[in-house]
Amino acid sequence: MAKHYGRGIAAVNYPTGMNLGGDPTQALIFCQPTGGFSVKLASTDLGQGLKTVIAQIAAETLGVPFDSVLVDTGDTDSAPHCMGTFASRGTHRVGNAVIMAANEARKALMDVAADEMEAAPEDLVLENGEIYVKGAPERKTNVFNVALAAHFKYGKTISGRGIYMKQKSSVDPETGACDPDSTEAHATTVAEVEVDDETGEVKVLRLSSAYEVGRQINPEMVHGQIVSGAVMGMAHALTETVFPYYPALDHHTHSFGEYIIPTALDIPEIESVVLEYPSSNGPYGVKGVGEMTANSPIPAIVNAIYDAVGVWVTDLPVTPEKVLRALEEKDQ
Amino acid sequence: MGVKQLGIVGQSVKRRDGMGHVTGQTQYVDDVFYPNMLWLKMVRSPISRGIIHGIDTSKAEAFPGVVAVITAKDVPNNWYTILCLIGVEPNDEPVLAHEEVMYMGEPICAIVAETEAIAAEAAALVKLDIEELPPVLELEFAIRPDAPAIKKWGNNTFMYDGYNHRKLRFGDFETAIQKADYVIEGTYSLSPIEHAPIETHCCVVKPEPDGRLTVHTNTQALYFTMDNTAIILQVPSQRLHMVGGTVGGGFGGKVDVITEPITCIAAMKTGRPVKWRWTREEEMRKSSTRAAVKMQYTDGVMNDGRIIARKVRSLEDAGAYHRHSPYGVQKHMANLPGPYTIPNVWVDAYCVYTNRQPSSAMRGFGVTEATFAVECQMERIARTIGIDSWEIRLINAYRNGQMRPVQKVVEDATLIETIQAAAELIGYDLPSHLKAMSSDDYAGNGGRHHG
Repeated sequence: MAKHYGRGIAAVNYPTGMNLGGDPTQALIFCQPTGGFSVKLASTDLGQGLKTVIAQIAAETLGVPFDSVLVDTGDTDSAPHCMGTFASRGTHRVGNAVIMAANEARKALMDVAADEMEAAPEDLVLENGEIYVKGAPERKTNVFNVALAAHFKYGKTISGRGIYMKQKSSVDPETGACDPDSTEAHATTVAEVEVDDETGEVKVLRLSSAYEVGRQINPEMVHGQIVSGAVMGMAHALTETVFPYYPALDHHTHSFGEYIIPTALDIPEIESVVLEYPSSNGPYGVKGVGEMTANSPIPAIVNAIYDAVGVWVTDLPVTPEKVLRALEEKDQ
Repeated sequence: MGVKQLGIVGQSVKRRDGMGHVTGQTQYVDDVFYPNMLWLKMVRSPISRGIIHGIDTSKAEAFPGVVAVITAKDVPNNWYTILCLIGVEPNDEPVLAHEEVMYMGEPICAIVAETEAIAAEAAALVKLDIEELPPVLELEFAIRPDAPAIKKWGNNTFMYDGYNHRKLRFGDFETAIQKADYVIEGTYSLSPIEHAPIETHCCVVKPEPDGRLTVHTNTQALYFTMDNTAIILQVPSQRLHMVGGTVGGGFGGKVDVITEPITCIAAMKTGRPVKWRWTREEEMRKSSTRAAVKMQYTDGVMNDGRIIARKVRSLEDAGAYHRHSPYGVQKHMANLPGPYTIPNVWVDAYCVYTNRQPSSAMRGFGVTEATFAVECQMERIARTIGIDSWEIRLINAYRNGQMRPVQKVVEDATLIETIQAAAELIGYDLPSHLKAMSSDDYAGNGGRHHG
């Protein structure tokens, strides 16, 4: 009777965007009289931070301070179509639509600024809300003044429209040939576990992962996805099922009393490193990191269990009962 | 990495809604109340499969405080085929069951009452006369030709272009497997799991004086939900005003359009605001789950670790109805070979119907399951032929410019780089020939490609 240490690895890909494409998202941006920019979206923030990263992308593209960008999500009367938040598509699709809209709004802004400053638009520089003439920084104004002038002196709009869509591809029914993704993010996870051969319990000691996500818009939020995904993956590997005796319906779970999700005390050490190889079609090179973080921990843990005690338990979740049965079978 | 430095992009600015979430001030759908608001509760099938002979709502209707009872005849277009928007057919799931029930928990009629407690009490008074039939619950049984067909089209699978499974054919598996030094098999399966969002499904609908409906929803996809709801209600989408955009966890479960149509019908029928919020038990037992999947791999491997042939048979348990599963299995098919260059691949992926609560979208569905199987199988190969776990992945990893089994050329590959970075992260010193590998080294796995 002993506890056995094991280490397992798993390397995974994850496609960005709806399978086969055909999933558009639109954005509208307008400037308020005092230089605030409102981004109108019908996209959804599930808690992953879409509103924040979209504000970052809009501010970057517009050339205005982050705090002057407002992101309004979730109202079909005031915002154009978005296919939805799923398939790791939010930052990629919405971000691309917002860049397109922001570029149009920025051009309108700079045209007004050029009139106001009696300079050619291409001679103007816009940085963090400040506008000046290239090579003559003393000739300057700012977005606040230009926005006021646009509204009340020139009678011009400063706004932009954006859309992003990957064309829908079809599937060859005989060969399955298709275009299933916009880009692919990747990850490798190393799981370290301890398996108790008396109780069958598996304790995850550490999950160490390397992710490649194209470009991080907000590294802390990428980190948040990695940590929370690791815990969700660990639970999928070891504890979660609504039908503990699948395919039988017995003991169908009905509450968090029997449906076991890790709590703070169950969380192992989680460490990660993030690589950035910008994609060709994501906003600033983004690839989707939303869903994939729950994936690689699962096989890494199963492989670590094999490393520890030499049994394959490949029917999730890997409950203590299944580990003990596999060990018994191995001993016979 | 050589990534161009930008301004605010790349900065870890604080998330804007974080303070609201952690201090409980964010407004979710269940925080929406209107004066004069009614509450809705659903009467559901107590059995897994049966024929409905009668639904007696008289006692519930007479119960004090009950304002309306909604059955199938109140649903203008009683089909819940959410992927009709991307061409999935035929219709198979009623919004409210009236002829047969296909899973335990299937909605049959809705009680709308002055309070939630009254609605629940009255729901228990609805008398159902259902003739029980033996349920089909097991995947292998369900696809047998002699299994009872639970689908009107005569079998228990989704039909892809006339086939009862999605095919992937690349190279020549049958010839290649004969040449392999090893044939390595593995079976991998998952049972259904729950999205478990903190916020359960909830919808509040308010009829407006101008005849429109304001729909407070925690859907992950506002327009998708609006258009599907309009199709069920048979009203122009412009009559609906969807308000949402902030969700307390979705994980794919809230791409279903499961509360909005019925709550709208209740509001239209009564002329009053209506709220329907799901209990945790409903969330666990009635909402869609991640599908159970069983995947069988047969790989042909050479002595040096190169995988030359891979065959996969996958059965996915869609439960009683389509929902998002036909799409999920398509995505699954494309990902079952894994991120490796394998010149001969054969995949049969089945979307199988059983008398179980429907599965549907869940975080990574189609891919999560494939990834689990592929990476366990890679380890099994390594252990079987006695090759290092890192090396087996690195020598087979796909490289940019190579052809994937779906016949799309690999681009943006960085599998190798993440493997190398993970080794470095844990302080494992890879041998120099593995350290030298790169996703841009087309010939690094023998320059192998199809044709």
